Amino acid sequence: MAGRAFSFWLTNYRRVWRGTLISGFLGPLFFLVAMGFGLGALVDDGVGGGLGGVDYVRFIAPGILAAQAMQTAVGESTFPVMGALKWQRQYHAMLAAPLGIADIVLGHVAFVAMRVAITSAAFAVVAAVLGAITSWWVLLAVPAAILTGLAFTTPVFAFAARQHDDSGFNVLFRFIVMPMFLFSGTFFPVEQLPGVLEAIARVTPLWHGVELCRGLVMGTATAAGSLGHVAYLTLWAAGGLWLAFASFRKRLVT
Amino acid sequence: MISAHRLTKRFGGFTAVDAIDVEVRRGEAFGFLGPNGAGKSSTMRMIGCVSPPTDGSLRILGLDPAKDGPAIRARLGVVPQRDTLDEELTVRENLLVYGRYFGLSRAHVRAKADELLEFAQLTERANSVVEPLSGGMKRRLTIARSLVNDPELLLLDEPTTGLDPQARHVLWDRLFRLKRSGVTLVLTTHYMDEAEQLCDRLVVMDGGRIVAEGSPRELIALHSTREVLELRFAADDHAPYATKLTGLAQRVEVLPDRLLLYTDDGDATAAAVARRGLEPLSVLARRSTLEDVFLHLTGRTLVD
Repeated sequence: MAGRAFSFWLTNYRRVWRGTLISGFLGPLFFLVAMGFGLGALVDDGVGGGLGGVDYVRFIAPGILAAQAMQTAVGESTFPVMGALKWQRQYHAMLAAPLGIADIVLGHVAFVAMRVAITSAAFAVVAAVLGAITSWWVLLAVPAAILTGLAFTTPVFAFAARQHDDSGFNVLFRFIVMPMFLFSGTFFPVEQLPGVLEAIARVTPLWHGVELCRGLVMGTATAAGSLGHVAYLTLWAAGGLWLAFASFRKRLVT
Repeated sequence: MISAHRLTKRFGGFTAVDAIDVEVRRGEAFGFLGPNGAGKSSTMRMIGCVSPPTDGSLRILGLDPAKDGPAIRARLGVVPQRDTLDEELTVRENLLVYGRYFGLSRAHVRAKADELLEFAQLTERANSVVEPLSGGMKRRLTIARSLVNDPELLLLDEPTTGLDPQARHVLWDRLFRLKRSGVTLVLTTHYMDEAEQLCDRLVVMDGGRIVAEGSPRELIALHSTREVLELRFAADDHAPYATKLTGLAQRVEVLPDRLLLYTDDGDATAAAVARRGLEPLSVLARRSTLEDVFLHLTGRTLVD
């Protein structure tokens, strides 16, 4: 049944996929070029020669891969969810048909995962072409990015279903997504942060996603470490899903 | 088709539907009539299995909505009060997507979509995006969409509210055809002409309760007179005239702009009014309608 809801989102996506593909990875690409090659040139020439001999651009490429997965996931889980609840009310249409709450949520979450997969894969290809990613382990880093996206998708679904206007989304973008993007290890190791902030950074799902992708691409991953990150991200995705079911039920079944 | 016993819906301390009993039989057109806030839509949402009853029992197609919601919904067609179309998709895509919700094969839905586009007179607009269509077209599309699974029971919540007269007549015609083809219709409306046109039987709801039940003809016979004489006088206040008319009609109703005299013979009453030396600006004798019943039963206070 969730497949039926997914097929709706897919129909919807067919009209707009070109635009989302371009806007979806141009932003991350700009970051990669500006920070990686622009700022990176200074970093690599600095004292100690960059990050322990690693080109800066190769350090941030997997970070941006994970961070972009977060941003795509959050973007696709905010306004589209509110629209389907409140503006165009497609969820209501699904619920009048034989679909249930779980089908509606799972179908849409699966679509968001597909969107994250497409932008992540596109970014990985471009990063590889530019020489920012050189390891074949990137083939595992893309699924890792999808998992990172899911760790944000389901909690944000739960949050979005409780919003009655979009002001909460601004708070989410400005005070949660943006700080995570900057301080969860995307552009520099979190060890650079003062103790308390470092501890906070290490519990964010994005840090685990960044570490997972970076470990794979740079060949520094350990099996235990990677499995730990996977487990942590899965916990967020599963907990978020449970909350999303509850929020959707509360909003739609009255 | 529908059997409700002491069906109740409460939202917190507010009772939207207050222990109503309803039986809808296969093949009939059944109406819920009432002012805004009477509990019509809450009742419809419970019948549509998207709103669990607070109390009482409800069986739809012989099944229990609490246990068999999806199985029931697979056999229902629902036209909600507010359209839930995807405005960025085309007319045809809306039908195809909705058909998929019922697990129908792509080939089946494609053929069905053509048939429904024809039925809803939307064939020429099949590939237009929905957003710029007129209200009447969107409503017809919503009705077409609700038929994609060949429902046994069609629920229509205020199907023609906000439409112009032409669009309403087109819709009524389509609903007649459905009824003739054996689909059971359940609709809510606050348009009396709609109820008289479409419904075999109806209930009048007010404040969550059923205040009257029967066929339109029965209700008129029971709660009104055969004819109504409308008198309009050159005065801001019509109340003083009512006292001058005592004995001429079975009941006199004072409206801000006119008087309604409930009588069995409008013309005879009009003559009697003239004999009393009263000279109204306008005199209209007409048949009694469901509107007279409705206003009599639910009062004339404005409900928002």
